[in-house]
Amino acid sequence: MKVLLNAKQIDSILNKLTSRIIADIPEGVEIAVIGIRSRGEIVAQRLAKRLSEKIGSDIPCGTLDITLYRDDLNSPKSGSQPRVRTTEITFDIDDKLIILVDDVLHTGRSARAAMDALIDLGRPKAIRLAVLVDRAGREFPIQADYAGYKADAKPEKLVQVFLKESDNKEQVIVE
Amino acid sequence: MAEKGKTKEFKWQRKHLLGLRELTAEEITYILDTAQGFEEISARAVKKAPPLRGKLVVNLFFEDSTRTRNSFALAANRLSADVVEFTKKDSSVSKGETLLDTARNLEAMGIDIVVIRHNAGGAPTLLSKCINACVVNAGDGYCEHPTQGLLDVFTIRKRKGSLKGLKIAIVGDISHSRVARSDMWAMTKLGAEVTFVGPPTLMPPKVEQLPVKISYSLDDVIEKVDVINMLRIQFERLGGNPFPSVREYSHYFGLTVERMKRAKPDIIVMHPGPINRGLEIESEVADGKNSVILQQVTNGVTVRMAVLFLVNQAAAEKQAEAQNG
Repeated sequence: MKVLLNAKQIDSILNKLTSRIIADIPEGVEIAVIGIRSRGEIVAQRLAKRLSEKIGSDIPCGTLDITLYRDDLNSPKSGSQPRVRTTEITFDIDDKLIILVDDVLHTGRSARAAMDALIDLGRPKAIRLAVLVDRAGREFPIQADYAGYKADAKPEKLVQVFLKESDNKEQVIVE
Repeated sequence: MAEKGKTKEFKWQRKHLLGLRELTAEEITYILDTAQGFEEISARAVKKAPPLRGKLVVNLFFEDSTRTRNSFALAANRLSADVVEFTKKDSSVSKGETLLDTARNLEAMGIDIVVIRHNAGGAPTLLSKCINACVVNAGDGYCEHPTQGLLDVFTIRKRKGSLKGLKIAIVGDISHSRVARSDMWAMTKLGAEVTFVGPPTLMPPKVEQLPVKISYSLDDVIEKVDVINMLRIQFERLGGNPFPSVREYSHYFGLTVERMKRAKPDIIVMHPGPINRGLEIESEVADGKNSVILQQVTNGVTVRMAVLFLVNQAAAEKQAEAQNG
């Protein structure tokens, strides 16, 4: 196991992501942050908080459960039964710039599922993808607009994000 | 796309939902938790999600039903499945033969899930033993109506947070009610105390062996209960003279405005529908602030989505296991 990022580095990456996202917001466009369950939800909440502070107004933040949109429901692998959780997006996503957030971008399949799920909720002006860690291993033609950290992990390696809200510790590891 | 970090131990393994009696409290809770994730689908602009895309669901109803059949069809449609309706009002052929023949025909159509209602208790179980598809019981004889039981506890849980310690009365024609039975299993497993209330003539044989209290007087229990479920008087099933007159039944066992005055202010009033207004329940009560009768209908679709999703998931896993040896 190797630690890729510690708490301080995660904090600084989130700050940089916040600044980059703000710099790209076109004039007069409303933004909202939506995190993919479960770690993406936490990263999204932290980003939304920082964005709200910097912009000076409340940026809406929601959570997307993509289970029903997964592409492997009919070819399940043993040991990992998908669990349906709730999608909690209480605002209208129409015409908003949606910052879609996940902890790790790997195969791109989660992001694909998330985009399909979002489209069923409305018609956003644009969707941008922000991730804490961008690792090698893409299977779909999907790239992050905002990648906090690029990890060049071998395919058999597992990149894991631990956040204090859900794991009582704060680090990114590869093992 | 596997979920990282801590994974829950529990795994849903049933490809059939035949009744609630055989389920554990954990399984029932898992269905309810899963159902919460499906609520949002019915509330949004595009009321559809894709998990059962390309799957074929057959509504096989040997008994009249509008609301349960539509509710299942809607649930299947919202999950992007295709639905074939197969209704047979009154089968005169002997039950076993009909079912087996029907099962073979359905298999040949390449179905994935059969939703079955049958007037013979145990029919869904028999069907589950002779076909590969998933079987969901939509009511069998006087035995069970598991999705009604699930939607009832889902509705109560949404209002009260938990079933634990709640006192629940199920009132009316218990003997002909599969709803009463499925409710009883679900509610007691989740920690509620259930009382069957009705005239002795409408109690099932050996009722004292069931995990419930029994009362022959609604007036005795009305003040104590947190939830009251008023069953429909099923005139089509009643034989003989179980009560002297409709008026007398209504007088002793109807949920009237007068009786409601003595109930807890936050009592939940339920009814599986369709209601006989003025008979088992007065209109003002059925439409009143304590009534969740219409929420039950909405929740029915939600819970059935969860059930269809889960049985299909278990079937997919079993198939994958078989292929991988």
